[in-house]
Amino acid sequence: MSDRSLLEIDNVQTSFRVGDSYYAAVDGVSLNVERNEVLAIVGESGSGKSALAFSIMGLHNSHKTKIEGSIRLNGKDVNHLSTSELNKVRGKDMGMIFQEPLTALNPLKTIKDQITEALDLHTNFSAKQQNERALHLLNEVGIPRADKVMNQYPHELSGGMRQRVVIAIAISCDPSLLIADEPTTALDATIQSQILDLLNELKEEKDSGIILITHDLGVVAEMADRVAVMYAGQVVELADVMSLFKQPKHPYTRSLLSSVPSTQDEKDMLHVIQGVVPSLPKMPRTGCRFKARIPWMADDTHEENPELREVADGHYVRCTCYKHFYFPEEEAEKDVAAHRE
Amino acid sequence: MWKFIVRRIIIMFPQLVLLSMIVFILAQLMPGDVTSSLAMDPNVSPEQQEQIREDLGLNEPWHTQYLNWVGSVVQGDFGHSFTHSVPVSDLIWHRMVNSIWLGVAALIFVYMLALPLGLISGRWNDTIADRLITGYTYIGFAAPLFIFALVMLFIFGFQLGWFPTGGSVDPGLTGWDFFTSKVYHLLLPALSLALIGTVTTVQYLRSEVIETKQKEFISTARAKGVPEPKVYTNHIFRNSLLPIAAVFGYEVTTLIGGSIFVEQIFSYPGMGQLFLESIQVRDFPVVTAIVMLFGVAAILGALLSDIIMSIVDPRIRIK
Ligand SMILES: Nc1ncnc2c1ncn2[C@@H]1O[C@H](COP(=O)(O)OP(=O)(O)OP(=O)(O)O)[C@@H](O)[C@H]1O
Ligand code: SF4
Ligand SMILES: [Mg+2]
Repeated sequence: MSDRSLLEIDNVQTSFRVGDSYYAAVDGVSLNVERNEVLAIVGESGSGKSALAFSIMGLHNSHKTKIEGSIRLNGKDVNHLSTSELNKVRGKDMGMIFQEPLTALNPLKTIKDQITEALDLHTNFSAKQQNERALHLLNEVGIPRADKVMNQYPHELSGGMRQRVVIAIAISCDPSLLIADEPTTALDATIQSQILDLLNELKEEKDSGIILITHDLGVVAEMADRVAVMYAGQVVELADVMSLFKQPKHPYTRSLLSSVPSTQDEKDMLHVIQGVVPSLPKMPRTGCRFKARIPWMADDTHEENPELREVADGHYVRCTCYKHFYFPEEEAEKDVAAHRE
Repeated sequence: MWKFIVRRIIIMFPQLVLLSMIVFILAQLMPGDVTSSLAMDPNVSPEQQEQIREDLGLNEPWHTQYLNWVGSVVQGDFGHSFTHSVPVSDLIWHRMVNSIWLGVAALIFVYMLALPLGLISGRWNDTIADRLITGYTYIGFAAPLFIFALVMLFIFGFQLGWFPTGGSVDPGLTGWDFFTSKVYHLLLPALSLALIGTVTTVQYLRSEVIETKQKEFISTARAKGVPEPKVYTNHIFRNSLLPIAAVFGYEVTTLIGGSIFVEQIFSYPGMGQLFLESIQVRDFPVVTAIVMLFGVAAILGALLSDIIMSIVDPRIRIK
């Protein structure tokens, strides 16, 4: 554990209760984030990205959710804190930015009240200091005429402005970890890049770590230091952003990147990764959950319990799956041929 | 906000016009008019009768009659009662005061019950407390008010003797004693009305709380580290109470409807009781006047709830 280490997620499993049974939406995820690092999490809808983010923040309904494993923030296991102890940590040491800026703010409270609420909980500021700090934060996130916005209500602001307010709330107490769950999907392109720039600045300035959840690989390329690809509640590939884009290994990653294979034949193979992530109760729990989506491979070539393995320095892939695909630059070609026999 | 309120008040006028037309047509459809009784009188010749009709404007075309009628109604003149031979307005006046007392008391009870019950069952939904409360609301929906009121009267009025079984005040009292006696007479009918009338609001509030709980801004609040009790008081309850104002008008209408039965059962001298009496003796001017006033009360209730909304909801207040 390096002293730059900020968050260590170890073997986290988040299960939701459906009827009488629990189904894991996050299944044995281990990740870590360092200070001044952006870890991107990508994966299609339903792969468990938000479920993981909510687990870190402790935002799941405790009656309907079971979270196992440890989530250490600055060495403290936040997964096993009582709610009141957790409330001393969230908002202060970790903050979250939500996907939908239009609904993430309370429609009946002024912007000022929504920012000072966090300050009131985590600082000893007087009311006057809280107001000054709130105003400062609004300026910091680039809201024009911040003094006027302070007394406005969310419906008076545009989506981009509201997302800035959500960010201002999330960073109000200088948290060391910021989780951004698709912070820009609801916004248009110019505002999107402004918000991303803002996050980048904040990261540099405060030396904090960011978990950035997104669908958008353009955003990943621009922002991330490392990328975790999630499928069906598991990490299938984890690598620094360069390796992942240059040498994606898992077929799922490749299909996300829509890399163009060299022969027509292979193209068919890669692009038949279709369908959607199975719903929780329908998820295969034994064997590889990806099997169903590459039906062209013979059954006996699949691994029983594929694991995440380090295949190059800092580059992890689940299973040997990737070897069965055609990569012009690798000897995997032979492998594929061998398996086709 | 002012714009909204002014607009809302302007909308009220066509509503009132529509109401007055309906009531007018209703009055026309009712058999007989002032001259009907004269027809029985052998001392009045058909010519004289016709003369009286002419003088009263009953031979005018309907729109003139309508305008005349509206003109007098606006001045508080609802004509003469057939049976009491006094102006309808005199007859109605102190009944109306009694009904307003009853209505206000019932409204207070409705919200005293609905707020805690709705908030509890919404916050702890699917617990035993919630099941009990929801069970009560189902009973409230299913039970006919007049039977429920009879049972209340029988148990608490006659059997236990805790409350008076009729009237609106004991005779010969003044000042403070008069007031307490009034309230004492009100309690049982108002409570009977409220226990049944409140269930809509309880259910509405419950589902509002459950819905607000899932809203994303609640996650924002939790992510700030807001302690759970405060998440409820500052965010969930506040935001759930707002739409309750929207059903206030509906609640007023239900209570008016309910008061007709309840006043009858508790022999409470209000407008509802007068309404039923007048129907029985076919005192149509009185019936028409009361229908008109009930209608106005319903329209005002809806207006009031929209005005409350516009004051408490910044999305309407700031436009
Ligand atoms: N509260 C919940 N109760 C039951 N199932 C849930 C709950 N939240 C999420 N799920 C299920 O868990 C799985 C993962 O959902 P999650 O929201 O984490 O996906 P995601 O990767 O964030 O997708 P998206 O990109 O659409 O946001 C899905 O199958 C979803 O239906
Ligand atoms: S090869 Fe491995 S990762 Fe690919 S589907 Fe089969 S078991 Fe899963
Ligand atoms: Mg999500």
